[in-house]
Amino acid sequence: MNRDGLFKRVSVNAIALWLVLFVLAPSVLVLASSLLTRGDAQLVRAPLTFENYRRIVDPLYLDIFLSSFYLAALSTLICLMVGYPFAYLLARTSPRYRRNLLLMVVIPFWTSSLVRTYAMIIILKTKGLLNSLLLWAGVIHEPLTILYTDAAVFVGLVYSLLPFMVLPIYASVEKLDSRLMEAARDLGASRAATFVRVVIPLTMPGIIAGSMLVFLPALGMFYIPDLLGGAKTLLIGNLIKNQFLSARDWPFGSAASVVLTLVMAVMLLVYYKSVRATRRQEPA
Amino acid sequence: MNRVFKFSFMSVVYSFLYLPMIVLIVYSFNNSTYSLGWKGVTLSWYNELFSDFSLWEVALNSLTVAGISATFATALGSMSAVAFYRYSFRGKDFLYGLIYILIMAPEIVMGISFLILFVSLNIPLGFFTLLLAHITFCLPFVVVTVYSRMTGFDRNIIEAAKDLGASEFECFRLVILPLLMPGVVAGWLLSFTLSMDDVIISFFVTGPEFEILPLKIYSLVRMGVKPEINALCTILFGFTLAVVMIAQMLLKEKK
Repeated sequence: MNRDGLFKRVSVNAIALWLVLFVLAPSVLVLASSLLTRGDAQLVRAPLTFENYRRIVDPLYLDIFLSSFYLAALSTLICLMVGYPFAYLLARTSPRYRRNLLLMVVIPFWTSSLVRTYAMIIILKTKGLLNSLLLWAGVIHEPLTILYTDAAVFVGLVYSLLPFMVLPIYASVEKLDSRLMEAARDLGASRAATFVRVVIPLTMPGIIAGSMLVFLPALGMFYIPDLLGGAKTLLIGNLIKNQFLSARDWPFGSAASVVLTLVMAVMLLVYYKSVRATRRQEPA
Repeated sequence: MNRVFKFSFMSVVYSFLYLPMIVLIVYSFNNSTYSLGWKGVTLSWYNELFSDFSLWEVALNSLTVAGISATFATALGSMSAVAFYRYSFRGKDFLYGLIYILIMAPEIVMGISFLILFVSLNIPLGFFTLLLAHITFCLPFVVVTVYSRMTGFDRNIIEAAKDLGASEFECFRLVILPLLMPGVVAGWLLSFTLSMDDVIISFFVTGPEFEILPLKIYSLVRMGVKPEINALCTILFGFTLAVVMIAQMLLKEKK
């Protein structure tokens, strides 16, 4: 009995220790640092202040926050509009092909998004493949400047993050009980009504999980604007990176990260609620 | 739904996902430095890459960090998954919550919080800090992979082992672990690729004297497109491809 208790105690304590030391403690430190003042000798110093949070609403920084949210939201929306029908069709493909088709989504999911971003540069640059194709086809007569614009950043985000939208939605569509859809049809609902009133609510956890996995990284992936957008401060991620590495204003950078974390917390809450709502609708 | 529409829609999405990578791979063999035109097949970019010794060192650094952190994360993660599945204990929901946060937290937030942690603990940035950070962000992937494998097998097997006199540890080592093996190996492989590919977190937690491959690529790419980088990215992509395929095969095998 004593030996049995030992295994349990060791494994539980090990993971608890690790998570407290490397997840909880750093989070608390970021929160603390966001409430301190920037120091010259040390990186942070007393007194406690809310100044860092007030600065976020300064027009200079607020612009970055709003443009970042806008870009991330737009990327999430496009990923959802492409990813949902795609995941839905994928889940409804005959099992014979489905496995390999799914694997073809999983591979870009795991591939370094830096490598994929670099591949996008080759396509988008002035003498790149896209321009050459368009010129050859006679659609344009002058090469378009796409690389180093906001549009390129947007394309890069969608390209990098699309698999993160598809996989959670696929998982929830696959779990969908087709009898529920048949029941809705039998009871006289149109195809559209079945989709809106049955399919969408039941796959809501997948939609929200996918949106989180796209929206949150899209706010932070600083190397995409760095490489595709010509090194402008476009995303909150670039702002945070600059505060920590060039401006050396750690408290302000921490405050910006806390805001990002709050956005995550709100989204997690919505996700949790939707999972519970879906469970209630499922037949026991 | 219309089959033609379905087929073309899916093809367009797959092309969007794959075309840039295919172009990258094809051009890594193109015998021309700048032009888009095809000038014949060459391996010279790979040759140049392989004769660059500083790059070898950087690649070795990456492999070392990935190997050690994947192994450590897999050991700790598998043990935790078993503990989460089998035991109830105080603070379980809280630990679940921390794992959720780890999965969902934007990488940049994780990166700077590690930076603040290491600086306040006075640990110099480099190999060791990189290792601690990589173990941490790999951990939840192992826990999730192994845990989902556990939910698939019969609880009675464990009961039988216990009835036949196995201790908790023997039960773990002789019964649970062999059954979990495919999940454990898949978790290791996925951690390994995650660690090999990470840019954002590593960016904050490594020092100038310990360079790793993704950060090296990042600084090279900032200077522009070069055929050597095409070759390097192709190798890294091929590597990920192989690892993910093996991991998927292991995970599928049981279903």
